[in-house]
Amino acid sequence: MSIEVRIPTILRTYTGGEKAVEAKGDTLQGLIDDLDSRHAGIKGRLITDEGNLHRFVNIYVNDEDVRFLGSLETPLKDGDSVTVLPAVAGG
Amino acid sequence: MLTSALSLPRAMVDQVLAHARRDHPDECCGVIAGKDGVATRVFEMDNAERSPTGFTFDSAEWLKVYRALDDADEEPLIVYHSHTATEAYPSRTDILWSRTAGFGHWLLVSTRSDEDELRAYVITDGEVVEEALTIT
Repeated sequence: MSIEVRIPTILRTYTGGEKAVEAKGDTLQGLIDDLDSRHAGIKGRLITDEGNLHRFVNIYVNDEDVRFLGSLETPLKDGDSVTVLPAVAGG
Repeated sequence: MLTSALSLPRAMVDQVLAHARRDHPDECCGVIAGKDGVATRVFEMDNAERSPTGFTFDSAEWLKVYRALDDADEEPLIVYHSHTATEAYPSRTDILWSRTAGFGHWLLVSTRSDEDELRAYVITDGEVVEEALTIT
């Protein structure tokens, strides 16, 4: 099972400059763990020390924000696509 | 000290200023795309917070905009937003988010008076440096 993960410019330092990489996982959590085993350190930019999705990133499964799906428990299947973007906000 | 410079066409500046006036008293927000550091087009975005004191890109809209840029080999060059009661200078919240938002330039508008205020900044590791803004 292989899922394409699209990586934003700001995180491409972890993927050797690649815009998209492959990873495996039955859930988003599993996918991020797998991603970190190939691209060490990327997990820390996506998940907080407490184990929650970082508020500074948006992650989409098939174009749907995972905050409206099941967050890190969102199930994945072969052929799904995952996109990571920086969240953008200010005051 | 102005150590870097940003150049924008008058039509883009006018579009950003008009967007800020239209959304007042809420903050407006949006993206100016670029190619090789040169501004190419403006994407006016919804402020998901609809707030006079903060802005957040709507996540679904931001994905569409990012895709459009990426497909055209453009980059998210500038993030712009307005302050509705204070000067066009990055707030502490702006500086916090600048660390991860991935934009080379922050363009700030103030709609606190009838006079147009528009200033550009580079924010690196929390340090704000104003840029010389040239309107062409």
